[in-house]
Amino acid sequence: MREITFAEALGEAILEEMEKDPAIFTYGEDIARQGGIFGAYKSLLGKFPDRIFDTPISEEVIYGSALGAALVGMRPVVEFHFADFLFTGIQSITLQIEKIRYMTGGQGKLHLLLRGPDGISNSAAAQHSECIETIFMHVPGIKVVIPSTPYDVKGLIKKALQEDDPVICFEHKMLYRMRGPVPEEDYTIPLGIAEVKREGNDVTVVTVSRMVHESLKAAEELKKEGISAEIIDLRTLVPWDRKTVIESVKKTNHLIVAHETWKRAGWGAEIASVVQEEAFDYLDAPIIRVGAKNVPMPFAANLQDFVTPNYKDVITAIKQSLR
Amino acid sequence: MENSNDFLLNLYTTMVLIRNFELMAEKLFLEGELPGFIHLYIGEEAIATGVMANLRKDDFITSTHRGHGHMIAKGADINRMMAELYGKETGYCKGKGGSMHIADFSLGVLGANGVVGGGLPIAVGAGLGIKMKKGDQIVVAFFGDGASNTGSFHESLNFASIYKLPVIFVLENNRYASTASTQATTAIENISDRAVAYGIPGITIDGNDVIAVYETTQEMVKRARDGGGPSLIEAKTYRIKGHFVGDPELYRNKKEVVEFWLNEPIKKFEKRLEREKILNSAEKKNIWESAQKKIKEAVIFAKESPIPDGNDALTDLFIHDSGYDY
Repeated sequence: MREITFAEALGEAILEEMEKDPAIFTYGEDIARQGGIFGAYKSLLGKFPDRIFDTPISEEVIYGSALGAALVGMRPVVEFHFADFLFTGIQSITLQIEKIRYMTGGQGKLHLLLRGPDGISNSAAAQHSECIETIFMHVPGIKVVIPSTPYDVKGLIKKALQEDDPVICFEHKMLYRMRGPVPEEDYTIPLGIAEVKREGNDVTVVTVSRMVHESLKAAEELKKEGISAEIIDLRTLVPWDRKTVIESVKKTNHLIVAHETWKRAGWGAEIASVVQEEAFDYLDAPIIRVGAKNVPMPFAANLQDFVTPNYKDVITAIKQSLR
Repeated sequence: MENSNDFLLNLYTTMVLIRNFELMAEKLFLEGELPGFIHLYIGEEAIATGVMANLRKDDFITSTHRGHGHMIAKGADINRMMAELYGKETGYCKGKGGSMHIADFSLGVLGANGVVGGGLPIAVGAGLGIKMKKGDQIVVAFFGDGASNTGSFHESLNFASIYKLPVIFVLENNRYASTASTQATTAIENISDRAVAYGIPGITIDGNDVIAVYETTQEMVKRARDGGGPSLIEAKTYRIKGHFVGDPELYRNKKEVVEFWLNEPIKKFEKRLEREKILNSAEKKNIWESAQKKIKEAVIFAKESPIPDGNDALTDLFIHDSGYDY
């Protein structure tokens, strides 16, 4: 199978769906002329000039306008530039997009997609490094997609563009250049279906995005010590695939939840809580969470490394669980 | 039809219907019949009525927490409105929205917002969507003087202007943002002056004069429909009632209210209609009684309607699945 980058796969997904559906158009900051700060839209440069455009730095109206455009029948795709800047326009999402359908008794179709980069990069510091997917899992009313591979981003974005509900997609900055197999044929990936990235018998690691790759690396290291770790990539957080997680825990009896977002009240706490509610008797050890230390992201490389979880933290957690 | 006697009487009838709906909502709330918050449109009826008389059925609006008048002027079913105030299954939002969120997308009412300034980006997006579709509908964003001090207002006007979107921003300046007077919270006398900053027309009019509202909006609607882009209309009015029903109104002098009541829009229009011999006392009586009868029937409809099933609280978040249990 051919190999393309995560960014190319994302671009293909949007282009292919734009060709099929004239209601799709896309806008945001720095995308039409520049192809996105991290090159997410590079493969879209020069395509559909009437349907891809740059906007002023006005996040509240960028996100809120997606809602209005969806209600008159369009299917907007909005780039949020950096996940951090979701906070500058957050009322348009949490108070409008996530509520209008419910509070009007189920009127309207909110087919809109918000997407953009999150996570650490090369010392981007406190206001350009955040992972805030938990917030959108917490506030009801939007589906949350968080892919880890070129194959997944293409299949999930294409699915999101066929949904009738609002979707937000977080793409880790360090994944955009990652290459991976992506078939030429059309495919989609349903929301709410996790993927077992690696089968194992001793411990389950539930994770997403960049931490999938850190967890796979940890599993490979631990194999040398005879430890068999099962790695589950949830791929979407709303909905999330309880069944696959619970079944895995029933097999391995040990659970680690690993994410780049802060450990305190991160979404891993929700997974851990549901698992102990539904599979308590199968657990042989406390569930362990791996997440960022509870501080804003610092600038200096060694400080960023210290705060951010990596494969070593996953190894430590697994060993602690199996002790 | 325009400016014919029938047209003018229709405007009057709509204003009277809004007034009576609001008087009934106030009464019912004070009697403990209605839960939640009720924000009354009494004294502001000329704005919704005059604006909406220019709109086509397929044009859009975004409404506010003080939105009953917008709905009625856009042609809403008052039975379903009243049922929503009661939290009944037959209400516009099936009991999930209440007074602040009554909307009917099929009438082009894209939400009624409890967030001050929250509807402006939605209206801009509807305008953007229409432009992308090359449609000829227009959008009216209703909002208040309070919203004109939010970031959302400034972002929205600039955004609508650069893309020349068919959006008319109708600022209902009722001189109070919750308990704060506009004078104390806004640095300029006429908020429409802010339009200059976005390169769009801005005009301040007497919002208690339904004909002034109608004529000004007509011009701006034509401009928007012809591709001329957005505009800002500041309709000056006065919030006769408190911010919400039950507001102790410690922040203003009762004398001020009495003074403004002399200039309230229905009486003002009535004088004109009587002077021009378009409305006589028998017709007037008939219009008021007919409105009161409709409102009473709406109350009966609402009272007799069933409350929603408890499990309905778990529907309507997403389209194809419930969305609550994961």
